[in-house]
Amino acid sequence: MTGVAIIGVGHSVFGTRRDVNIPELCWESMKPAFENANLEPKDIEFFVVGNLGIWSSELAIPAIMAEYADLAPKGSMRVEAACATGSAAIRVGYTAIKSGLADLVLVLGVEKMQESPNPNVIELIGRFGSYFWEFENFGLTFPGYYAMHASAYMMKYGATEEDFAKVAVKAHHYAAKNPYAQFRKEIDVATVMKGPYVAWPLKLFDCSPITDGSACVILASEKKVKELGIEEKVWILSQGVGTGTANLSKREDFTSLASARYAAEQAYKLAGIDDPVKQLDGANVHDCFTAPEVIAYEDLGFCKRGEGYKLAREGQTYIGGKIPVNVDGGLKAKGHPIGATGVSMAVEAYKQLLRKADKGRQADIKNGRWLAHNIGGTGHYAYVTIYGLEKR
Amino acid sequence: MDVKEAIEKMGFPIIPDEKSNAWQWFDVRELKLRYILSVEGIKKFYEGLKEGKLLATKCKCGRIFFPPQKDCPSCKKSEMDWIELKKEGVLETLTVIHVRPTSFSHYDPYAVGIAKLDDGVRILAWYRGEPKLKPGQRVKVEIVKRKEGYQTYELVPI
Ligand SMILES: [Zn+2]
Repeated sequence: MTGVAIIGVGHSVFGTRRDVNIPELCWESMKPAFENANLEPKDIEFFVVGNLGIWSSELAIPAIMAEYADLAPKGSMRVEAACATGSAAIRVGYTAIKSGLADLVLVLGVEKMQESPNPNVIELIGRFGSYFWEFENFGLTFPGYYAMHASAYMMKYGATEEDFAKVAVKAHHYAAKNPYAQFRKEIDVATVMKGPYVAWPLKLFDCSPITDGSACVILASEKKVKELGIEEKVWILSQGVGTGTANLSKREDFTSLASARYAAEQAYKLAGIDDPVKQLDGANVHDCFTAPEVIAYEDLGFCKRGEGYKLAREGQTYIGGKIPVNVDGGLKAKGHPIGATGVSMAVEAYKQLLRKADKGRQADIKNGRWLAHNIGGTGHYAYVTIYGLEKR
Repeated sequence: MDVKEAIEKMGFPIIPDEKSNAWQWFDVRELKLRYILSVEGIKKFYEGLKEGKLLATKCKCGRIFFPPQKDCPSCKKSEMDWIELKKEGVLETLTVIHVRPTSFSHYDPYAVGIAKLDDGVRILAWYRGEPKLKPGQRVKVEIVKRKEGYQTYELVPI
């Protein structure tokens, strides 16, 4: 089967984007992706749009963009996997090329969450578990689901709220160096600790924000890479995918996400990775809240179960530490426009591996491999993707 | 400024954003969402709850389902027995929802927990009591009415 490479990337500024509508926001990341790959819209054979969309007006974004960006009459679809929507969109593009059905696919992730007022977004996002048994009857919110993981984790391993706060401090540290990030401001542990509770034990600064944004990658087959003479590219080495139960009460424990462990195992096996810390140069993990970043360290095997909080406490996931994680600011401070997040992670992998990251947040690239861990819901969907400079 | 005022003032339902001054069109077609969900397949659960019983389904193959489920994927059968759960177990996790959805704004911050019942199944429910999580905390399930006026269930520390 053919290898699949990212040959062009684009990223909009993440944040409150009242200055643009949906197609304008999409074009902000599509245009640089086309320029980067030296391609025209007419060259694209198939395109996929990752968008969750219940809070925004336009449902048929593929058609909207077919019109706005001259992609008609090429085939397309919109895909959804909660907060892992972006990675699911990449999955569709990746498998389309792998299967030989397409050679050039555009993958766009977009979310315009602020087309609805915040209370509506909070109301809608709480439904991404089991709507009936968790939200309708017990009023769980999205922070609430992860808060139950945070509190179980603290009870089992003795981690503290300060440990989680350090994850937020790191996120803001790197977001301050990322011109596309929503919060470009450093914070300290005291600021996090002083914040009001959103869902105990998670406080305001433990939470990712409500964000508008888009990100775009253009994927190509090996044949196309040769034909176009593409020099700058990053290969998708592998992707593992998992699904978890809707009801949290159907799970065995709350200190780990089984779907993420399952996805990681597949991704590592397919990419030939047995010691991730030694074989990867860094990672983007799904820090929709601080505690799940710590849990992700463990689910991805960056440390043993129960030791993730020590990596956070000791600052081992900064550049120069054991393994750099979320050095773009993560969902927490870069922002989390649901459908765009997984694609944004791919853009970051491309930038890091090709040493194009901004000053102060470029990791040391020795192995030429970067990991993206993108979770939908609370482990309802899990995508682990490994990107590399050398095709396997 | 509301939409009506905006139309009068601006000629359109357009309100400039307070912070950025960027023009925002305020949708005039408001949508109210209320779903209609079938509970026909688990109606015994509600009949039980009315009598103060917490019911689960149990397949002939021995598998217990809570929340109750009509069909068993293990043996593909759908002839479930309804069994009463013991209503006692161990609290496994807990949160307190401070930022509430609008549809729950009539509540003060509320606690929700998950317990593993002695029958082996887990249950997610309201939690009533001091919101403290400690290993091995025993809880019981109490069937109560909350503000909405229908019966629901709470975890209460023993
Ligand atoms: Zn059965």
